[in-house]
Amino acid sequence: MVIAFSIMLPFIAAALIPLIYRGFKNIHLGWFVLIVPVALFSILATYIPRIANGEVFIKTFEWIPSFGINITTYLDGLSMIFSLLITGVGSLVILYSIFYLSTKESLHHFYCYLLLFMGAMLGVVFSDNLMVLYVFWELTSVSSFLLIAFWHHRKASRAGARKAMTITVSGGVAMLAGFLMLYVASGTFSIREIIENLDVVQSSVYFVPAMCLVLLGAFTKSAQFPFHIWLPDAMEAPTPVSAYLHSATMVKAGIYLVARTTPIFGGHEVWFWAVSGVGLLTLFWGSFNAVRQYDLKALLAYSTISQLGLIMSLFGLGSAALHFGYSTQSVIYTQATFAALFHLINHSTFKGALFMMVGIVDHEVGTRDIRRLGGLMSLMPFTFTIAVIGSASMAGLPPFNGFLSKEMFFTATLKITQLDIFSLDSIGLLFPIIAWVASIFTFIYCVIIVMRTFFGKIQPDRLEKPPHEAPFGMLISPFVLVAFVIGIFIFPNVLGHYILSPAMASIYPMFPSAEELTPHISAWHGFNTELIMTLGVIVVGYFLYRTLKKWRPVYQLIPQSFTLNAIYERVINSSESVSGRVTNRYMNGNLTYYFVYIYVFFVTLLAGYMIYADVFSWNPSKDSVIEPYELVLVFVMIAAAIAIIFAKQRITVVLLNGVLGYSVAFFFVVFRAPDLALTQLVVESVTTALFLLSFKYLPKLKNEYISKSWRFAKVTISIAVGATVTLIGLAVMNYDRFEPISKFFEDSYDLAGGKNIVNTILGDFRAFDTMLEVVVLFIAGLGVYTLIKLKAKKGDADVESK
Amino acid sequence: MKVNDVILKSVVRGVVFIVFTLGMYLFFAGHNAPGGGFIGGLVLGSGIVLLYLTYDIETVHKGMPFDFKKVAAVGVLLTTGSAIASIFFDVPFLTQTDGYYNLPLVGEKHLSTVTIFEAGVALTVIGTLVTIILNISEDE
Repeated sequence: MVIAFSIMLPFIAAALIPLIYRGFKNIHLGWFVLIVPVALFSILATYIPRIANGEVFIKTFEWIPSFGINITTYLDGLSMIFSLLITGVGSLVILYSIFYLSTKESLHHFYCYLLLFMGAMLGVVFSDNLMVLYVFWELTSVSSFLLIAFWHHRKASRAGARKAMTITVSGGVAMLAGFLMLYVASGTFSIREIIENLDVVQSSVYFVPAMCLVLLGAFTKSAQFPFHIWLPDAMEAPTPVSAYLHSATMVKAGIYLVARTTPIFGGHEVWFWAVSGVGLLTLFWGSFNAVRQYDLKALLAYSTISQLGLIMSLFGLGSAALHFGYSTQSVIYTQATFAALFHLINHSTFKGALFMMVGIVDHEVGTRDIRRLGGLMSLMPFTFTIAVIGSASMAGLPPFNGFLSKEMFFTATLKITQLDIFSLDSIGLLFPIIAWVASIFTFIYCVIIVMRTFFGKIQPDRLEKPPHEAPFGMLISPFVLVAFVIGIFIFPNVLGHYILSPAMASIYPMFPSAEELTPHISAWHGFNTELIMTLGVIVVGYFLYRTLKKWRPVYQLIPQSFTLNAIYERVINSSESVSGRVTNRYMNGNLTYYFVYIYVFFVTLLAGYMIYADVFSWNPSKDSVIEPYELVLVFVMIAAAIAIIFAKQRITVVLLNGVLGYSVAFFFVVFRAPDLALTQLVVESVTTALFLLSFKYLPKLKNEYISKSWRFAKVTISIAVGATVTLIGLAVMNYDRFEPISKFFEDSYDLAGGKNIVNTILGDFRAFDTMLEVVVLFIAGLGVYTLIKLKAKKGDADVESK
Repeated sequence: MKVNDVILKSVVRGVVFIVFTLGMYLFFAGHNAPGGGFIGGLVLGSGIVLLYLTYDIETVHKGMPFDFKKVAAVGVLLTTGSAIASIFFDVPFLTQTDGYYNLPLVGEKHLSTVTIFEAGVALTVIGTLVTIILNISEDE
C-alpha cells in the first residue's frame, strides 16, 4: 500500500500545484514541491534493512483482471536502487532548481511536469505488470517532452523535445509489441510469473523477436547507439532537468528494463551480443564525440551517452552467467552485473554534480562555451572543487567512487575473454581493448571540463556577466552529491551490502545466495592488469590532451550529410512532405467528398462482409404486427427525406431535418424506449436551436452544376448505403451465431441496483465507454473553444520562428 | 436593432424554472426510470442556453457566475475520479456500489455511487454544451 501511495503522491501533488501556486505567491514554489521527494525518500529508506534481509513487498490492485492487467506494485532490491535514485537525486535537483529558476519563469508548469515525471518514473520501477509499466514508460516520455520544451518560445527547444519524443516513443511502441509477444508466449503480463515459467517462454518462437523489440525500447530510452542522437538535443531543457532526467533517472529506465528482464532473456546469445556490443559501441562513440564538443552541456550529454553504454555493456557481460545456470564458475561473471549496479549509482552522483556545476557556471557567467571560458578557479573556488571531484570520479581516478567501478569494469571485460561460449575466445579480445580506448577518451574530456573552464586565462570581455561564486543554496545539492562520491569510495561495502546485494538477488533469482553474488570491494586490489590499464589511460590520455589541436581534424573526416543527425532530419522532413501531399489530396475541404469516402468504406465493409459470410435472411414470420400509425410515421419520414433532396432553401432543409429527427423520437416512444426518445427530443431541439443561431452566417444554398457521371455516382452510393442499412436491420433479426447478451442485462437490479437497464448499462456494465465518451465530449468542446477563441494573432508567427 | 421581446422574457421566466426542475428530476430518476446524467445534463444545459438566448450574456453571467469550461472540467474529473476511487476500496476500476440507508427527515433511501459518476457526466454535458453554444454565438 505504501508503494502504491508513493507512486500516487507525485501525481496528487502535481494536481495541487495550481492551488498552491495561487495561494503562496511570495514563496518559491519549489519549497513545497521539495516535500514530495524528501518524504518519499525517507519512507523508502526505512525499507532498506528489510530489503537487505531478502524481503520483497508485493501488492496487487485489480484493474482489468479479465485481461490479466493489474496494478501490481513490487518492491525488491532492483526497484529499491532506482526508486532511491529517483527520489534522492530528485530532492537535490528540486532544491537546486529553487535557486536556479527565478520566480519569473512559469514555475507551476515546470514543477507540475517534474512531479508527473517523478511519479511516472516511480511507476516504471515499481510495476510488475508489463502493461502498467508500458503506460508509465510512455508517460515519462511525454513529461520529458514537456520539460525539454519548457522554454518553448525557442525553436531549438521545440525541435529537441520533438526529437526526444519521436525516438523514445517509437522505441516504446516496439517494446509494447515485445511485451505482447511475451504475453502470448507466457500467458501472463506479470514479470515475476514470466520468470517463474521460464522454460515455456524460452521455448516459444516469439522469444527472440520479443527480446529484440524489448531491447529496442531499452536502447532508445537509454540513448544507446544509434538512437543516442536525441540526448544532446534534449540539453535545451533547463539544467536541473538535464541533471535529473538526462543523467540520473529517465535515461536509466532503459537500463532498468534490461536489468529487470535479464532473468528472462539473459543467457541467450543474441541478448549477450546485443546488450554488451551496443553498450560498448555506445561507450566508445559517446566518449569519442564528447571530446569534440565546445558546449559544456553537450559535452556532458555525450559523456552521459558513453557512461550509459558502459553500464549497459556490463549488464550484457553479466548476463552471460545465466547461460550455465547456477555454478561456481558462473558466479565470477555475475560480478559484471554487480559492477553495473555500482557504476549506476556512482554515475548518478558524479554526473548529477557535474550537471549542476555546469548550471552554476552558465548561471553566473552567462555562457557554457569552453572557448569563452577559462581561469574561473580563483573566482569560483567551490564550483571548481565540485568540478574536480566530479570529473576525477568520471575519469576513474582514486580516491573517488568512479575509480572503484571503473576497475571492476576492466576486470569484467578481461574476465569475459576467458569464457568459451558465444565464440568469445576470439572476438572477445576486443572487449578490453574498446573499454580501454573509450576510457582514454573519457579521461580526455574530463580533463577538458576542468582545464578549459577553470584554468588558463580569464576572458572577461567574452563573458556575459562578471564571474563570481554561486549563492550558497545552489551549492548545497552538488556538495551533497560529491560528498557521496567520496563517501562511497571510503565505505563501498556498506552500499554493496545494503543496496547492491538485494538487487543482485532480483537479477539472479535462481542463484541461491546473495552473499555469494556480492564481492568485497576494496580500493587497493593489488598491482594487477586493471591498475596498469588505468595508469595507461592517464598517461596516454594526458598525452592526447596536450596534442588535441593536432588530431582534432579527425572529426572532420565524416561528411556532414552522413551523420546520424542528418539522416534523422532527412527522414523527418521527407515524411512530413509526403504525408502533407497525401493528406492534401483527400482532405480537400469539400464535405461531399468526405461523405463519399465514409460511405464507400461503410458499404464495402458491411455489405462486403454480409456477402462474404452469407448472412442475408428475411424471415417475417417472427415479426410483430405493423400498426397503421407506424406506417404513417414511416411515410412521413420518407416524404421528409425525399423532400430534403429537392429543397431550395436552407430553412426548409433545417425544418425537414427536424421532422425526420422528431419522427425518430416518436418511433422510440412507440417502441417503448422512453430514454432514447427523451434524448433524441432534447438533442433534436438543441441542434435546431444551434442551426437557428448560426443561420444568418450560413451562405445561401446554391445550385451547383454537377456532371452527369458524378451525379450518378452519388445516387448509386446513396442507394447502396440505404440498402445496406435496411438489409442489416432485417438480417440482425435472424442472426443467431452469437449468444444474445440481453439476458445478462435483465438482472440489472441484482447486479447494479438499478431498474433502468439503459442506465445500468451506461453507468455500470459499460461504464468504461461512458467515461471515455465524457472525456471525448470534453475534448471536443475544448477543441471547438480553441478553434473559435484562440486564433493566432498577427505577429505571432515571428515569435514562433525565433 | 433592439428586439421587443417582453413576451419571450416573461414566458422564459416561468419555463426555465420548469425546465430546470425537469432536468433535476431526470437526473435523479435515472437509475430506475427514464433519465440519467446525460439526458439530465442536456435538459439543464438547454435551459441555460434558453436563458442566454433570451437575456444578454452579462445579465445571465451575474446570476450564474460560472466558467462553463471549468464546469465541464470538474465533470470529467468527477467521472474519472469516481472510477479511480474504487481502486482504493480494493475492487476493480469503475466498480460501483449501492445500498439502502436510513436518512434523517427523508426516511429510507436508495443511494448509489453511480450517482457521483452520473453527476460528472451531467456536468460535462452542461459545460460543453453551453461553452460551444456561447462561443459560436459570440463569434463575429
